[in-house]
Amino acid sequence: MMMETDRKDGRTPNQPRMLSCSRNILHRAHGSASWSRGETKVLAAVYGPKAGTKKNEDPEKACIEVIWKPKTGQIGKAEKECEMIMKKTIQSICLLTVNPNTTTSVVVQVVNDDGALLPCAINAACAALVDAGIPMKHLAVAICCCVAEEGSVVLDPTKLEEQQMRGFAYLVFPNSALSALPKGSSLVDGEPLEHGIITSVTHGVMSVDEYLRCVGRGRAACAKLSDVLRRSLQKSE
Amino acid sequence: MKVWISSKEKKPMGLDQSPNARHSLQSRIPKNCHHWTLTRSEFPAVASSSKTAVNRRPNPRRPPTAYCCREISRLAPPNSPPDPASLVVAIPDSQTRPGARTLEEIQKKVTMGLVDSSGDLSGEMEVDAFRRLFPLRYYERHLAESIRPDGRTLGMARDTTLALGAVSSADGSALTKIGSTTMLAAIKMEVMTPSAESPDEGCIAIEFHMPPICSPIVRPGRPAEAAVVESKRLSDTILRTIWLVFCSSGMINLKELALVSGKAAWMAYLDIYCLDADGALFDAALLSAVAAFSHLQIPVVSLNDKGKIVAFTEEGDTVGKLEKEAVNKEKRKLTLGNIPFSLTCALHKKHILADPSSEEESIMETLVTVVMDSSDRLVSFYKPGGALAYTSLVTDCVRLTRQRMKELEKILDEAFSGMEVD
Repeated sequence: MMMETDRKDGRTPNQPRMLSCSRNILHRAHGSASWSRGETKVLAAVYGPKAGTKKNEDPEKACIEVIWKPKTGQIGKAEKECEMIMKKTIQSICLLTVNPNTTTSVVVQVVNDDGALLPCAINAACAALVDAGIPMKHLAVAICCCVAEEGSVVLDPTKLEEQQMRGFAYLVFPNSALSALPKGSSLVDGEPLEHGIITSVTHGVMSVDEYLRCVGRGRAACAKLSDVLRRSLQKSE
Repeated sequence: MKVWISSKEKKPMGLDQSPNARHSLQSRIPKNCHHWTLTRSEFPAVASSSKTAVNRRPNPRRPPTAYCCREISRLAPPNSPPDPASLVVAIPDSQTRPGARTLEEIQKKVTMGLVDSSGDLSGEMEVDAFRRLFPLRYYERHLAESIRPDGRTLGMARDTTLALGAVSSADGSALTKIGSTTMLAAIKMEVMTPSAESPDEGCIAIEFHMPPICSPIVRPGRPAEAAVVESKRLSDTILRTIWLVFCSSGMINLKELALVSGKAAWMAYLDIYCLDADGALFDAALLSAVAAFSHLQIPVVSLNDKGKIVAFTEEGDTVGKLEKEAVNKEKRKLTLGNIPFSLTCALHKKHILADPSSEEESIMETLVTVVMDSSDRLVSFYKPGGALAYTSLVTDCVRLTRQRMKELEKILDEAFSGMEVD
């Protein structure tokens, strides 16, 4: 019954775009990574930990600072909002008590924006944090799911598709834990750890069921993505 | 309760005061109190009752109140057992609330529990001091009984009031109070030429202001590059989200704001001022914006001889003015589509607290904002970081939002019918 919406670039609704990720590209930064999904490309650099926290921040914990640089134009409200979302996401995956009273800066440079920009940036920032060696609980894997007019869920839209769809959601899930733990030990409420949502930002209107379906699809896609990520990070060690 | 910190008197040994504590306002006390290490000798009453009694007598010449909370100076003098009855503070005025009796019992339990459990500053600490020094433990004790310090249950929102027409010079305005959070929204209409791509659509410009009156952490002026105040980011986020919510939920049809196709259309300037920031700012801002749009009366205009739109004035003499007629005599009010309502919830270890105050927001790191409209569609599910949220949590938040939506619809209808009677 699910209608196969044929997309302009010939992908199936469940198929994300070509992924390419590389680490340690900037030599002066403590950690850097570039992440590209199709035409969308983001470059992230991590500097830190540096001494001292910013004003109004808790000195008992490490402070994360995110600077978002758009491709063109001045920094406006949209960039500030992306900075805040990324800062809160990174704060929830980093171990903040390991290095108290320090600041870690994450600089995100948008190289090209062709849809699903914020998930791309979060993935790039995570890879850069791994490259810099910042202590983290687990990685964060981000994906964009959108809801088409007739209610079907489409993964990883391009910019044109984002504007035409009824609504879309940026979802961030934790990286799946290694299967060294016996099965069932990491279940919370009957759901494994990687089913929890770290961050969710939605645009447009959708019904609650459609949103839950997006979350389900996003989880499955992120599980595959986290395997790819783990393999690529281990390979380049 | 005032915490009196003196920087002029000589500090006794053993008192480690962080430099930040000198600038203390109420909001900074909970975090910086971790830096205070008060020795037993500074607490005259503690020395008598603690199990590991220290053999140091308080210095009679130095006043013991110098570095302690003022309340502690009212405590029993040394060598006399503490009087539990004198330690229970006045319960906040919640006698009419359903959980009042249980709140008293809980407050008592919290104070009594301090005698045996926490080994550090236990014994004679009053509830207020415990609330300031160990806010998370204070809250967890309450959450264990499924109640909050102000007497609400976990899913209950604060009292909400709505006053339409608060600003008489504006075309539409509303003042909203959710608990102590106060938002004032006002709309002014102006005529402008529409753009070429949409010649019969008007425009809405939204501005959200957080003036320094609303909170001690907001300072006036441009925030410096290095120290961007969190509130500026917050206000930008609120602004964008309200704008997106209005666009996507279809509450306002921009074509209704058109006057003369291609030549004139309305520009609605919506300004939202936060007058008191006490948690759940987005909820109050959205509610006041929605109420202001419902209250909006589009001013009557007419075309003058030069083809320009001017305000329609009904003048006494009708000589030569008979041909001027109001262009939009009939359409004075906007027809609103599906109205969006929102609810912010704080998540803490399986507990979901609906409509958190600013104290709760600062302690609990995870906040979720759910916006739904009156046709039961999800307009926005905003969760920026924080603890992991599982599907059960998502459905619970949505359920709480639906409940809240019914309450808010009733409040909006009541405010409207009250206004129309006038």
